[in-house]
Amino acid sequence: MLGGTGDERMRRAVGPLTRLADWPLLRQVRDGDARGLGLSARSMRSAQLVARTAEADQVVRSICPYCAVGCGQLVYVKGGRVVQIEGDPDSPISRGRLCPKGAASEQLVNNPLRERRVKYRRRYGTEWEDLTLDLAMDMIADRVIQTRRETWQDRDAEGRSLNRTLGIASLGGATLDNEENYLIKKLFTALGIVQVENQARI
Amino acid sequence: MGSNMAECHPVGFQWVLEAKLKGATVIHVDPRFTRTSANASFHVPIRPGTDIAFLGAIVNHVLQNGLDFREYVVAYTNAAALVSQDFRDTEDLDGLFSGWDPDQHAYVTRSWRLSDERDETLQDPRCVYQVLKRHFSRYTPEMVERVCGVPPDRFLRVAEALCQSSSRERTSAIVYSVGWTQHTVGVQNVRTAAILQLLLGNVGRPGGGILALRGHASIQGSTDIPTLYNLLPGYLPMPAAGHHLDTVAGDRPRGYWGHRKAFTVSLLRAWFGEAATQENDFCYDLLPRITGDHSTYPTILGMLDGEVRGFFVLGENPAVGSANSSLHRMAMAKLDWLVVRDLVEIETASFWKDAPEIARGELRTTEIPTEVFLLPAAAHTEKDGSFTNTQRLLQWHHAAVAPAGDRRSELWFFYHLGRLIRSKLAASTDPRDQLLRSLTWDYPTDGPSAEPSAEAVLAEINGRDAEGRPLSSFTQLREDGTTACGCWIYCGSYAGAINQTARRRPGAEQTWVAPEWGWAWPANRRLLYNRASADPAGQPWSERKRYVWWDESAGRWAGEDVPDFRLDMAPGYRPPPEAVAELALRGDEPFVMQPDGRGWLFAPSGLRDGPLPAHYEPEESPVENPLYEVTASPTAQRYDRPANRRNQVGPGFPYVLTTYRLTEHHTAGGMSRFLPFLSELQPEMFCEVSPELAVERGLVNGGWAVITSARSTIEARVLVTDRVRPVRLGSRLVHQVGLPYHWGGRGLSRGDSANDLLSIVLDPNVHIQECKAATCDIRPGRRGR
Amino acid sequence: MTRVGFFTDSSICIGCKACEVACKEWNLVPYDGLNFLANSYDNSGGLGADTWRHVAFIEQKRNGDVRWLMNSDVCKHCADAACLEVCPTGAIFRTEFGTVVIQPDVCNGCGYCVPACPFGVIDRRERDGRAFKCTLCYDRLKLDLMPACAKACPTQSITFGPVEEMEQKARRRLARLHAEGVGEARLYGTEDAGGEGLGGTGSIFLLLDRPEVYGLPSEPVTPTRRLAEGWGAAAIAAGALVFGVVAAVLGGGPARAK
Repeated sequence: MLGGTGDERMRRAVGPLTRLADWPLLRQVRDGDARGLGLSARSMRSAQLVARTAEADQVVRSICPYCAVGCGQLVYVKGGRVVQIEGDPDSPISRGRLCPKGAASEQLVNNPLRERRVKYRRRYGTEWEDLTLDLAMDMIADRVIQTRRETWQDRDAEGRSLNRTLGIASLGGATLDNEENYLIKKLFTALGIVQVENQARI
Repeated sequence: MGSNMAECHPVGFQWVLEAKLKGATVIHVDPRFTRTSANASFHVPIRPGTDIAFLGAIVNHVLQNGLDFREYVVAYTNAAALVSQDFRDTEDLDGLFSGWDPDQHAYVTRSWRLSDERDETLQDPRCVYQVLKRHFSRYTPEMVERVCGVPPDRFLRVAEALCQSSSRERTSAIVYSVGWTQHTVGVQNVRTAAILQLLLGNVGRPGGGILALRGHASIQGSTDIPTLYNLLPGYLPMPAAGHHLDTVAGDRPRGYWGHRKAFTVSLLRAWFGEAATQENDFCYDLLPRITGDHSTYPTILGMLDGEVRGFFVLGENPAVGSANSSLHRMAMAKLDWLVVRDLVEIETASFWKDAPEIARGELRTTEIPTEVFLLPAAAHTEKDGSFTNTQRLLQWHHAAVAPAGDRRSELWFFYHLGRLIRSKLAASTDPRDQLLRSLTWDYPTDGPSAEPSAEAVLAEINGRDAEGRPLSSFTQLREDGTTACGCWIYCGSYAGAINQTARRRPGAEQTWVAPEWGWAWPANRRLLYNRASADPAGQPWSERKRYVWWDESAGRWAGEDVPDFRLDMAPGYRPPPEAVAELALRGDEPFVMQPDGRGWLFAPSGLRDGPLPAHYEPEESPVENPLYEVTASPTAQRYDRPANRRNQVGPGFPYVLTTYRLTEHHTAGGMSRFLPFLSELQPEMFCEVSPELAVERGLVNGGWAVITSARSTIEARVLVTDRVRPVRLGSRLVHQVGLPYHWGGRGLSRGDSANDLLSIVLDPNVHIQECKAATCDIRPGRRGR
Repeated sequence: MTRVGFFTDSSICIGCKACEVACKEWNLVPYDGLNFLANSYDNSGGLGADTWRHVAFIEQKRNGDVRWLMNSDVCKHCADAACLEVCPTGAIFRTEFGTVVIQPDVCNGCGYCVPACPFGVIDRRERDGRAFKCTLCYDRLKLDLMPACAKACPTQSITFGPVEEMEQKARRRLARLHAEGVGEARLYGTEDAGGEGLGGTGSIFLLLDRPEVYGLPSEPVTPTRRLAEGWGAAAIAAGALVFGVVAAVLGGGPARAK
């Protein structure tokens, strides 16, 4: 069907006799709905109402990003957007249920307060500025290299190898994927960065 | 206990209520009456920070009345081992163990070692069983009343319920969260529960054991594949200065840790590929070394002192969520550069313009040098990857939509950051860059933004043989460099080149163990140490509690779950003298990661604060220690500096302070206070006080209060409630102030941060902060501006 | 079609408010604003245009012990629904599932339904003007899906199904609680318990105290049930008036010549 409201499309699609048959008064008589409180009062929109999950382009299996119970989530996508997130009834852990946070996951991912662009604050700056992602990556790489060089420790006072820098630290990981934590630890270790920590210790 | 499961793990709590419907008794011991208490069989209010006194008294109750599961205790624990002649207990030294060195502020632990002698009758005064009995002998119900504020009849109700439900036929489970861990005696809190569960024969048995309820989607994963300073993946130690490969691997303990070298070499082959050879000890000597405590709190102090110059913060919000959060903001103001990756502009990213210190005049934006990069992160629906939940279960989540704008996954960020840095240093001949250039860092990427394949990373974590084929079990790992494996406990998660973590066979189609949903480490085993669910001869302790058993005709272990034992090791197996690793254990020693194959009632090594738990008062406490001369934990890590002053005992801070979560919010608020639907459920920062405290201090329900500590002052709305009771300690009535810790200055729902009040004082074993018990004062009104 | 509804067992409610959020997410119910009510953990206040599931929290102290009652309140989808009867535009109708639904495309915001509801469930949405309330997820029911709140509820305090089944389930649960010594447990919303004035409802509750404790009316009555009485009374009054007028007319004027 092309554009227009449900009612308009309905009207276009049906012929005049069908529309007559749809006249509420006739429906009342036909349905025995003397007081007009039942289906005879139902509008076309209500009649056509369908759960948006049924009209999704796809359903993707996910896991709730909040606590560590690991409830299953079904993510419904339409037109490249998440339109609904609800529990996965197949999960032996959660059996389709979600707590208020898990139930708010759609709002979490579609939140207009989410950042979309890189923001940059220069030294002593008072405002955020724009920065392209590419430039930000390059600048960050340069800073890692420079700070690492300036704070490198080859050996300790007793001559034992240290091969490290204590000038750079990292915090975070409990909300991240295993694969992400793996690359973080792998890269930082190879860079000699040992002060790598996350919420697990807090 | 130490958990508010209904509020912090609501969907998990459905199982507790199912058990209750089937007749289980659910006991909730907690300082406050929470939504968990409302659904428990009964609630026991307890003073924050006194869990060892309570649990130790249950241990005492068990031992004094002979209620331990004797067969289990003798066969499966170290109860019969004899302690050293030099060992002295806290009963002998009024709160200290033998070996205390006041100059080093640490114990020399030689006298804690166990001798080789045993007494299976458990009568010898030097046997662990008797030492334990003596150690907890003063932990009586009367002492519990004095220390915890719990009346004896309440205490006994708990002790009796647990004991009556622990036997061959029945098991009891203990569930805890950070109400136990976030203390200077955090590890010992858990230890006491472990001792109790071992005595009751509950460990490794269905419906028994101890469940740690952790707090974030993949905090277990971030501990296993650790973004932690002291560990390498799979709980291998991070190299310390002076250590070499054979330092780690040379000592070959009995049990599965005997394969530590194979695990380590395989990890190094995964990380450094061909560059890691037998000749160079697989690059081990190039790894950076740790030389002490490099955990988050000392690191922040290093930042404050100008030593740490650059900082990455990835989906965490220390400006709100870490103890002494004000100190964290001040420390970040000293950095050269800060990179924050998150979904929204959290307080950690914006501190330079809106930290409370700026309003207070302690910081000035134009004088803060920190260069800040705020990079938007992809949400969980926008990337592939696995989370590991609190039960060691890996579950894959699939990307549903592409991330918009500059949003990227951490996988993308770190892969490309590493690629960029490596390309900038490609021509470097500096030996310091050798390790970096040796990295295997070539994951396939896809799409317009060149997103790396998370599945390819999982495949590396899982491991490969010399031909590049995926491994299926960590028993395949070798120390000769022919295998590569990013994390030995995760080996098998990609067996057969199938993403086992993405398995989704509906629970309704499976047994109650449901092994085909996701993949648990290790080896998809759902219950650890389950060999202990069978007796020494390999038969279940009871039909009712059968879980795994020895199948004589098949010559293998069988059961409801993957047996936590070498499959072909008969119960009657006795190791020959030259046997190593798990083959050096007997067929009736179930604790296969322990060098003696047994559960430790007495811990001869591994802990800094004692082989046995003892009650110490929290660092900030309104009372002296009724049990010992020593008040607070002698080994707690303290940091004496102006920004971290301690509250002195006395009238200045007369109330006990405790912090906690609410169901409606999540940790430091980045994922809840920015959402309308969650913010409206708990819209403001508030404190919970009893009607008695409200009268004492003139607080009004719905009004405002100012809460102070030696560190800071915050304000909060007041909720007067009977759910927070004063604790009666002898003639004293000690009041409590409860504070949720979710709030900060940004988002839809804003408020002061509870963590501003707390000091940094840490458990000596794992360096976790004490934020569940402190002291404060409270007055009506608002804080000045 | 079988009439369907809820059974809300407050004895296993953990007060998590997943129902409030799941409902808002599914039904695109707007955000209510930040209002700290200092009323236990209830900051939603009550049912209304922007709150279709409302969790009540009641703290009680008895014999030194604390009790915390929690209950997720919702539209009762009454068998005799006053809102349905008074709606002048036909915006409110009874669906094929026996539920009561307001059609936002028909509602003109007259607000007659608001005072008609004995529970105060319906309200008009401020900037919008139209009346809104729980639809029992009409669009989900059509596809044989559970309402969003029932699906989300972690402990299945909220369950959903044919009203007869819900009633049986409720009675079984009540019997069990009574057998366990929880004498105060009672049902609410069935024809013989709280629903007498409504012909029964599609939302049966198990409460652990009197309805008033939960903010629920003890004897809710559909006001329009008394319409017949009202017409009758009006008829009698009219008759009396007519009689009075006739009597006055026939009985002579104020002054008669003697």
